[in-house]
Amino acid sequence: MEEKLVTVDYIARVEGQGAINIKIAKDGKVEHLRFRIFEPPRFFESFLVGRRYDEVMEIASRICGICPVAHQITALRAVENALGIEPSEQTRDLRKLTAISAHIQSNVLSMYFLSLPDLMGYESIIPMVKEHGEIVKRGLMLKKLGNDITDLIGGRAVHPVTMIVDGFTALPNKNKLLVMRKRLVEAKKDAVKTVNLFSELEIPDFTRRCEHAAISDPNEYAINEGRFMSTEGLDIDEMNYRDHIYEKQKTYSTALHSYIKNRDSFMVGPLPRVNINLKHMSDDAQDAAKQSGIKFPNFNPFVSHLARAIELVQNIDASIEIIDRLPLKEERRDVVSCRAGFGAAITEAPRGSLYHSYLLDNNGIVRKADLVPPTAHNANNVEKDMHAFVQTLLDLPLNEITLKCEMLIRAYDPCISCSTH
Amino acid sequence: MNQKPRIAVFKFTGCAGCQLEFLHLEDVFLDLLDLFDISYWKMVKRDNAEQEWDISLVEGGISTPWEIEEIKQIRKKTKFFVAFGDCAIGGCIPSIRNWIPQMESEELVYPDPSTIHSTKVLGIGEYVKVDAVLKGCPPHRDTIVELLKSALLKIRPRLRQHPVCVECKFNDNACLITSEKKACMGPVISAGCGAICPTLGRECEGCFGPMSNPNAAALASIFKEIGLSDEDIKRKFRKYAGMSPEFRLEAGH
Repeated sequence: MEEKLVTVDYIARVEGQGAINIKIAKDGKVEHLRFRIFEPPRFFESFLVGRRYDEVMEIASRICGICPVAHQITALRAVENALGIEPSEQTRDLRKLTAISAHIQSNVLSMYFLSLPDLMGYESIIPMVKEHGEIVKRGLMLKKLGNDITDLIGGRAVHPVTMIVDGFTALPNKNKLLVMRKRLVEAKKDAVKTVNLFSELEIPDFTRRCEHAAISDPNEYAINEGRFMSTEGLDIDEMNYRDHIYEKQKTYSTALHSYIKNRDSFMVGPLPRVNINLKHMSDDAQDAAKQSGIKFPNFNPFVSHLARAIELVQNIDASIEIIDRLPLKEERRDVVSCRAGFGAAITEAPRGSLYHSYLLDNNGIVRKADLVPPTAHNANNVEKDMHAFVQTLLDLPLNEITLKCEMLIRAYDPCISCSTH
Repeated sequence: MNQKPRIAVFKFTGCAGCQLEFLHLEDVFLDLLDLFDISYWKMVKRDNAEQEWDISLVEGGISTPWEIEEIKQIRKKTKFFVAFGDCAIGGCIPSIRNWIPQMESEELVYPDPSTIHSTKVLGIGEYVKVDAVLKGCPPHRDTIVELLKSALLKIRPRLRQHPVCVECKFNDNACLITSEKKACMGPVISAGCGAICPTLGRECEGCFGPMSNPNAAALASIFKEIGLSDEDIKRKFRKYAGMSPEFRLEAGH
């Protein structure tokens, strides 16, 4: 066999700027492998220092245009934990509904726009419009539904504005929310169609057992609150995150790599969520998982697409449930009294567990910020997966090896801007 | 029409929210594909043509030497060059770090800063000629459509220069400064969002950047009267457009 170089200078159909460099020696050994993130860092952890507690959410939102809602909620919860504030039931529900709407948008974007073209043999969704118009329209419609709900609650879909410390500046209109409920009920069949589509499409047969982590709650499918748990027995409170997880810098990547202490890399995202929390999903989502014919827990990273589709069913069910129980009553917020303290929070962003922590001083000014987005959690594990995966591809022509490696990255749906916040 | 205008979308130092907003035009997305040839868009396409483009939508600020080279190459190949969103216009939120020594920022985030090649964040207009700007973090979807429509018709797009206050009047909002003594940036900020924040009970934070010819000094003195400290006022102006000539004085040197 000849020496092989797999090179992708700028990976397409992912958010942000990353590259792949792999060198396979003549004997088939992987000599060199890099998931090279070259996105310019923005140093949020540096310039958040000196800002007020009540603008952290607004600034942190700008880390990511696809998952601003997740950054907003995580920032708010971390600040509230530092200040000892416990938001009302309604605030927590409304936040969860907003978070779920962003999951719908982001997961549909990943499934239909970023990854489906690979699985159906197209370069992008654009040429699919002619031959698979119905599928494209379904994707657009589902994505729009997610966006419209974020829009309704937050004022706009990208960097919404109504979520603040301990509440909302304005509540959504009840009638408009009921219109959304109707659309959610109608979208359910499209969600099931999405599950069917992704259980029928052929994916690479590749399994690598590794640690999967997600937040988990005994009473619901955890999105905004829960203990950080893993398939290898990790079970920690968000405030103790740094006792268990650390980061290392790689010379070739502007995203730091994450490790669990005394263990190794780990994966976060829709697949770990489904693996860990399947029993807390709605009945219909669990049925959809059963009917897909795929067994969970599953350690094939390409099953992430199907996990997103199953989550779509769950997200629609959970949204309807929340809308039905929301009182939408105007609530009085207590005046926030600042005090020095440390607060941390972990939530599930669409791409996986997202960590924020802040140290505030007596005047409510940030003195230290520490952020770890999902793709920073995953960057290390992506490389480990690719190392094992590429060795199963050696008989293929180079262009196919390249495409398959890209597909692995897209299965993780990285948000590279986030990772180099 | 003989040939569809060729569009390219590029990302520099930013969050991808502007191109997302473009992609979120679900209602007209298929129509746009009929009217335009999207020939370069890394986040959406795997086959990207490195040819000449009629319109380039450039998102993100410039913060590495590599980006300076890249933006000049793109300018060379583009007829109509659009600064797409606040980051491309003046660095937006990431530009807050321009007041911190670069070394300090790097050492706070990276154990070994020797492999990091970042500079201060500046708008693309620092390096190349820009033909149009789409203000906002992110720009409103309607303004994106307005710009593309105008490009098709070869007319000047109707993009707003007046303050958010005008949109507040359209929405019948009570003024948050006079009625609630809230530190609203609206009087100096460009309209275009539809006054989302004041309409939803929150003061404008300024995410559309300065309007045309604002009186930032006057607003800063009103903020002082309301009770904001000098530090608070500085933070207000050193947020979305601290680097702009309009806000530079109030943002602090």
